[in-house]
Amino acid sequence: MQARPARSFSILGWLLESRNGLGFLFMLPAAVFLLCFLTYPLGLGVWLGFTDARIGREGIFVGLENYIWLFDDPVFWLSVFNTMLYTVVASILKFALGLWLALILNQHLPFKTFFRAIILLPWVVPTVLSALAFWWIYDSQFSIISYVLMNLGLISEPINFLGDPGMARASVIAANVWRGIPFVAISLLAGLQTIPQSLNEAAALDGATSWQRFTKITLPLLTPIIAVVMTFSVLFTFTDFQLIYVLTRGGPVNATHLMATLSFQRAIPGGQLGEGAAIAVAMIPFLLAAILFSFFGLQRRKWQQGGGD
Amino acid sequence: MSEITQNTKQAGLHDDSEGMEQFNTLPRRIVTVYLPLAVFVFVLLFPFYWMAITAIKPDYQLTDYKNYSPFWVIEPTLEHVKFLLFETSYPGWLWNTMLVSFASTFISLAASVFAAYAIERVRFTGARVTGLMIFLSYLVPPSILFIPLAFIVFKVGIFDSRLALILTYPTFLIPFCTWLLMGYFRSIPFELEESALVDGATRWQILTKVILPLAVPGLISAGIFAFTLSWNEFIYALTFISSSENKTVPVGVLTELVRGDIYEWGALMSGALLGSLPVVILYSFFVDYYVSSMTGAVKE
Repeated sequence: MQARPARSFSILGWLLESRNGLGFLFMLPAAVFLLCFLTYPLGLGVWLGFTDARIGREGIFVGLENYIWLFDDPVFWLSVFNTMLYTVVASILKFALGLWLALILNQHLPFKTFFRAIILLPWVVPTVLSALAFWWIYDSQFSIISYVLMNLGLISEPINFLGDPGMARASVIAANVWRGIPFVAISLLAGLQTIPQSLNEAAALDGATSWQRFTKITLPLLTPIIAVVMTFSVLFTFTDFQLIYVLTRGGPVNATHLMATLSFQRAIPGGQLGEGAAIAVAMIPFLLAAILFSFFGLQRRKWQQGGGD
Repeated sequence: MSEITQNTKQAGLHDDSEGMEQFNTLPRRIVTVYLPLAVFVFVLLFPFYWMAITAIKPDYQLTDYKNYSPFWVIEPTLEHVKFLLFETSYPGWLWNTMLVSFASTFISLAASVFAAYAIERVRFTGARVTGLMIFLSYLVPPSILFIPLAFIVFKVGIFDSRLALILTYPTFLIPFCTWLLMGYFRSIPFELEESALVDGATRWQILTKVILPLAVPGLISAGIFAFTLSWNEFIYALTFISSSENKTVPVGVLTELVRGDIYEWGALMSGALLGSLPVVILYSFFVDYYVSSMTGAVKE
């Protein structure tokens, strides 16, 4: 104990005694992980976007070549369009249906906890595995949806769910909405439960209709949590990869390629790490815009509706 | 969210009355509540039913919709499950997924406990900024990181090993767990720590003897959520693993069981079902913890 050199003793002392030393020591494991495997890769990704790196070979700096190449690449712009379409349509549907489900679950129901538990299942089960079930449901010949519709006499031949560009887009959006509704619904339900019933009662006594109560009481009070939930939902949808990879791999004729799947396809099977990284980097501004839009767009409504700051 | 609860508490508005639902008549409730709920539940659960029924259907009934109703199964069989367990690498994939999920959850929880405690209670200079950075890193999606990570993993020489996954999964688990645990630590009263300090406890003793026992629900929530997140992870596992024996369940089922144009739906669906069961069972035991960690991460 006493044979320790004075200097290392004082560092040890600083680490164990002082506020900052202890904070540093406690932050160390998490910081090392996040710096090595999150911050560094993020920077490396930006750098790789400026190189012609391939798998197992370090690239040389090529400046903006990857981006210039992408700028002239119609497939890239198609993937940007698809990502926007996918995010906007799926997010709106998830929000509308999720809010509806949350409002239903906020009623006084028998077996409420049971319903809440089973409704969250699509969110709990691994996406790839539930996407496989959708793949089977969307089968071009033996789709169960086609079978039911044909038996009802609504259609005469099986729907080509994943083979036709328009249908494929609708199908992947439907699968994404299916998976996202529980998250939105259960999160909004948690928000709804903090709104006191007495406000609704008072409004009803004053003659407000149920629609007025919904728009004038429930929505304004729910807005802060809607902003956060939808920001996360937009984030997850925008960067979605698994569902597309299982269902269509970007096809037919790139109609469902999202930026994430295109980046994977170019980088890993295609071997062009640099180009893939450039696509991933190109996602960042769109992603930031989407997040800022959904967060501040919804936050502002709170202020407009007199919800206080 | 907290401000609303606070406001209502201050105004004395909080109540547990059932609202005005008693004024709704039964027919009205059927149309506005029970019917939509039934449709939602049906749509949300049907894919699982379809998955399960396909998993136990014999091959000859699978696509023969004319002679057998597709919604039901006659002579259920375990043939597909048997095929999975004895003729494919499926048990190995299950084992890999389990191992990777446990290891990365454990590492993340340990690192997060220290980080959350340091940010919330040690209050070093810049603790608030660090907390914000942790939250921001939660927003960095894996689909942006997988290419540079693949590059790093390759360089370090752990490409195509389970270690690559164990080391990379904490990148999305640590921010989430830390954020969640920060909220839990915040709710533990300062006075407990102060009295322990006065009694001569060290920071380490305070953390292990005072804070952690009180934060057990938070630890369970974070652990369950982290475990399911790593079980569900796909893009890293797909990118970093190439040999069959190191694959995880989602990657293995998709890349090894799908061969050519003839899809073996029975085997695929039983693979999906078996791979989902562990998380579903875990979830069913800890529903409330899971929900609180999901909504907790959103609310803060």
